[in-house]
Amino acid sequence: MRYLPLTPADRSAMLATIGAATIDDLFIDVPAEARLDGPIADLPGHASELAVERHMGALARRNRAAGDGPFFLGAGAYRHHVPASVDHLIQRGEFLTAYTPYQPEIAQGTLQMLFEFQSQIARLLGTDVANASMYDGSTACWEAVVMARRITKRSKALFSTGVHPHYRSVARTMAKYTGDALVEGDPELVPGTDWAALAAAVDKEVSCVVVQYPDILGRIDDMAALASACQAAGALLIAVVTEPVALGLIKSPGEMGADIVVGEGQSIGVGLQFGGPYVGLFACKAKYVRQMPGRLCGETVDANGKRGFVLTLSTREQHIRREKATSNICTNSGLCALAFSIHMTLLGEAGLRQLASINHGRAKAAAAELAKVPGVSVLNTTFFNEFTLLLPTAARPVVHQLAERDILGGVSLGRLYPDNAGLENGLVVAVTETCTAEDISAFAAALKEVLA
Amino acid sequence: MSTPNASGWRPEMNAGGADDSTTFTGNRALMLEEPLIFEIGSTETTGVDFDEVAPALDLGGLARSAPIGLPGLSEGETVRHYTRLSRQNYAIDLGLFPLGSCTMKHNPRLNERVARMPGFADIHPLQPQETVQGALAVINELAMWLIKLTGMHGVAMTPKAGAHGELCGILCIKAALEARGEDRRVLLVPESAHGTNPATAAFAGFSVEDIPATPEGRVDLAALKARLGPDVAGVMITNPNTCGLFERDMKAISDAVHAAGGYVYCDGANFNAIVGKVRPGDLGVDAMHINLHKTFSTPHGGGGPGSGPVVLSEALAPYGPIPYAARYADGSFKLVEEESAGAEHPETFGRMTAFHGQMGMFTRALTYMLSHGADGLQQVAEDAVLNANYILRSLDDVLEAPFGGSGPCMHEALFTDNGLAEGFSTLDIAKGIIDEGFHPMTVYFPLVVHGAMLIEPTETESKAVLDQFVGALRSVALRAKNGDPALKSAPHFAPRARLDETAAARKPILTWSEPVVAPDTPSLSEIGGS
Repeated sequence: MRYLPLTPADRSAMLATIGAATIDDLFIDVPAEARLDGPIADLPGHASELAVERHMGALARRNRAAGDGPFFLGAGAYRHHVPASVDHLIQRGEFLTAYTPYQPEIAQGTLQMLFEFQSQIARLLGTDVANASMYDGSTACWEAVVMARRITKRSKALFSTGVHPHYRSVARTMAKYTGDALVEGDPELVPGTDWAALAAAVDKEVSCVVVQYPDILGRIDDMAALASACQAAGALLIAVVTEPVALGLIKSPGEMGADIVVGEGQSIGVGLQFGGPYVGLFACKAKYVRQMPGRLCGETVDANGKRGFVLTLSTREQHIRREKATSNICTNSGLCALAFSIHMTLLGEAGLRQLASINHGRAKAAAAELAKVPGVSVLNTTFFNEFTLLLPTAARPVVHQLAERDILGGVSLGRLYPDNAGLENGLVVAVTETCTAEDISAFAAALKEVLA
Repeated sequence: MSTPNASGWRPEMNAGGADDSTTFTGNRALMLEEPLIFEIGSTETTGVDFDEVAPALDLGGLARSAPIGLPGLSEGETVRHYTRLSRQNYAIDLGLFPLGSCTMKHNPRLNERVARMPGFADIHPLQPQETVQGALAVINELAMWLIKLTGMHGVAMTPKAGAHGELCGILCIKAALEARGEDRRVLLVPESAHGTNPATAAFAGFSVEDIPATPEGRVDLAALKARLGPDVAGVMITNPNTCGLFERDMKAISDAVHAAGGYVYCDGANFNAIVGKVRPGDLGVDAMHINLHKTFSTPHGGGGPGSGPVVLSEALAPYGPIPYAARYADGSFKLVEEESAGAEHPETFGRMTAFHGQMGMFTRALTYMLSHGADGLQQVAEDAVLNANYILRSLDDVLEAPFGGSGPCMHEALFTDNGLAEGFSTLDIAKGIIDEGFHPMTVYFPLVVHGAMLIEPTETESKAVLDQFVGALRSVALRAKNGDPALKSAPHFAPRARLDETAAARKPILTWSEPVVAPDTPSLSEIGGS
C-alpha cells in the first residue's frame, strides 16, 4: 500500500491521542448493520506498480491508436500533432496537482494562465470576452442556449441542420426538462445550408439561432446576414466551432456578428482521448458577460500595488447564488485549457496560420484524390480540413471494411444519423497535418478496392 | 507587442513590499516576476517548425483579412514562461492541501503514465468499435468496481464532473417520475448541502426547499418527514455531510422518502471517508455521483477536468444516459448509443455530452483502484477518518469545534472563528497559514457554521506532516486570538499579498488589451461597467 504513509505504530499513537480504542470507534455513527467487516468480495487485493502497468498496457494494446496507420476521423474531435513541450509543461506538479485557485496569493500561476487563455480565446473567436473554459463543446453549446433564454426571456431555439448531431442530442435531453422548445432537423446532402430559410424563421419568439462553423459536413458559410436577421428580431446568434484550427484561416464568428461563440478546444493541445477530457470554449459580447456561465479570471492589484489575478464575478455562480446561479457548473477544464494555451503560444499567429493552411492544403489534395475513385464524389464546394464524400453505397459497412485493411477512413453519416436513410451514403473525412501523402494514397486505393 | 504595458510588468512593481526591498527587474533571487505572453510575444514569432509551405487557399471568400493578434514565443521562451508561472502555484506535490469538502490527495504518476499509453490517449471516440475493445473494457471494468464498492445496480459513466453527475442523477429521478406519470416539482435540499445541489435542482426545473440542520449538524429527520408529500420528488443529501459528519439517520431518511414516493440523491463528494466501510446502496440511496478526482486520485489540474460517474439503484438505472459500454457473453464490448438504445435501454433520458465521458480520467481512476485493491481502499477510508479525527482532537483546545462534542468526525474536521480577537477573522487565519508554507483550509463553508474552517487532511498525509500542520495552525490561531496586527496583512512571503477582489469585480478586466494611448479610446477593460 505504497500511497499510505501511516505505520501501525502511528495509527496506535493517533488513536491514543484521539482517545479511541480501535479504528471502528471512529465509525460509530455508521449503523453497525450496514458496516462492512472486511474488504468487499469479488474485488482483487492491492497490486504492485508493475502488475497494474502490465494489466492496463494489455488493455491499451487492444485498441488501434490513431498513430498506428492512416487515420481520417473528425466530426467533432481532431488529431493534430502536439509539440512535446506541451505535455511536459502540463505535467509539472504545480499545474497538474493544484486545486481551483480560490487562494489567489498562491495560485497566480494558474490564474495568469487562465487570463492569458481568456485573452487568446476572445481574439481567436472574435469576441470581447471569454471564460476560463467549460467541460466540452457540447455542454457549452447547451449552456449558450440557456444563457440566450436568460437574456431574451424567450425559450424557442432554432438549430441549424449543420450542428453536430450529438450537440443537438444533448440540447434535446436538457430541453425536455427545462421546457425550451427546439426546432431542429438533419442536414441535406447539398453543398450549402439554406441560410435564407433559417433567417426567415427567426421570429419574435426565438431566443437564439445555433449554427456550426465549419458545419458537420465540413461546409463553411458567411453568417453575417443571419446575424443581422437575428439582431432585427431580438434573438441571439450562437456559433459553434468544433475545429478551432480553422479560425487560423477563416473569418471568426465574432467578426461576422455572432453574439455568443462556443466551441470544442480539443484540437489544440489536447489529444483525442476517446472523447474526453476535452475543453469547452465559451465567449460572448461584453454586454452579456454577467449572464455568462462558468469561471472567469480578472486582473486586479494586490496590497502592494502589484498586478495580480483573481477569480471574479463569482456572484453568478452556484457557490454563492445556489438555486439562482447562472449554471450548476462548479469545475472547469483548467488543465486542458492550459494545454490549449501552451500549444497556442508555441504556434503564435504565424504558426497557427501555417498549421491551418497545411491542413487546408492536405485536405484539398485528399479530396481531389478520393474524388477520382469510381463512383465517389465530394459534396462540398468549400471546406477547411473536413469534407463529405458521397459513396455509391452505404458508408457504414465501408468504414468497417476499411478498418479491416487498417485504414480508419472517416465517420459515416449512418453512425451519426442512424435513423436517416437519406444520409447513409455520406462519409465525413477529416484531413490534418498528421495525414501524409502516403496515407491519402493508401486510403484512396483501399476505398477503390472496397467499392469495386 | 513586446513593450511592457502601462498596467503590467515593470520594474517598480516590486516597490513597497512587506520587506521593502526593491529590484530593477521585479525579480528576487529565485522568485521571478513573469509578464503576460501578450507583453513578451510577437505575432511573427513561432515555437513550431513546419516542413512545408502554405498552399493556395480555396475558402469561398471567407479567408481572414485582419490579424488575429495571437502572440507567439519560441519553444525555449515558452518552456521558461510556463515553468516560471508554475512556480507561483501551490500544489499537492508541494505540500498538504487541507481543503475540506474538496479532497486533495497524492496523485500517483503511474496514473499519468497509463493515461498516456497511445492505446488510450490517441483513439477517437467515433472509431469503429472493433478497434477500441480495450477502451470499452476499461469503461466497463471501472463501472463494475464502482457498482461493487457502492452496492448499487448500475452506473452512468458519461458525466464530466461532480456537478454534471448531480444533474445526471436528478434527470434520472425526473425521468422515473415521468414514467410513473407523476409531476412532483419539489426537491428538498438540506442547508449543509454543496451549493451545486440547489443549483442543479433548479437547472433541471425543480423548485428547491431547504431542510434545516439539527444543533449537532445533521439533517433534521422530523422536519424532513414533516415536509414529505405528493409534490416532493426527493431529497438531495450529502453523506458524509459538509459538517464532516456521517448522517446516522440515512436509512431512516431513505425509508421515509421512499414511503412518500420520492427518491434519494446522495452527493458522493466525500466517498473516500466510507469506501470499503459501508455501501450507500445498503442505506437506500438511489443515485450518487463519485468525483473520481477526489476519491480515486485523478489530478485536478488547477480547476479541472473532473469526472463524475453516477451510481444508480435498481429503480433509477433504466433511465440512465447513453452512451454506455455493454459487455456481451462472448466477451466483446459494444456501445449502446442512440441507435441501439431503443432495443437495449428504451427508457434512457438521453445523452448529456457529445462522447463517452472522461476516458482520460477513467484510465487513471482504474489504475488507482487496481493499485489499492479492495483491501487498500478500505484502509484509505480508515486512514482518512483517523487523520481527520487526529486534527480535530489536536486543535479543539485552541479552535472551537462546533460539533466536536457529538463524537468523531468523518473525513474532515470543522472549526469556527469564535474567540478570535476583535477584528480578526477566519480569513486572517487562512492567509497566515500561507506564510507557514501550507495551503489554507476551506473557509466560510459550510454556510451553517459562522466563520467556518473545514480541514480535510486525507489519507495520504503522514503523522509527521499532520503534526507540523497542527503546530503551525495552533500558532496562527493563537496570534489571531491575541490580535497580532502582522496577521492582518498576511501573507508576507507569498508571490502576492492580499489581492483586491472587490476592484476586480467592480470593473472587470477579463482580457488583455494593448496599452491605451488616447485617454478617450474605448477599452475592453471598460466592459461590464460598475
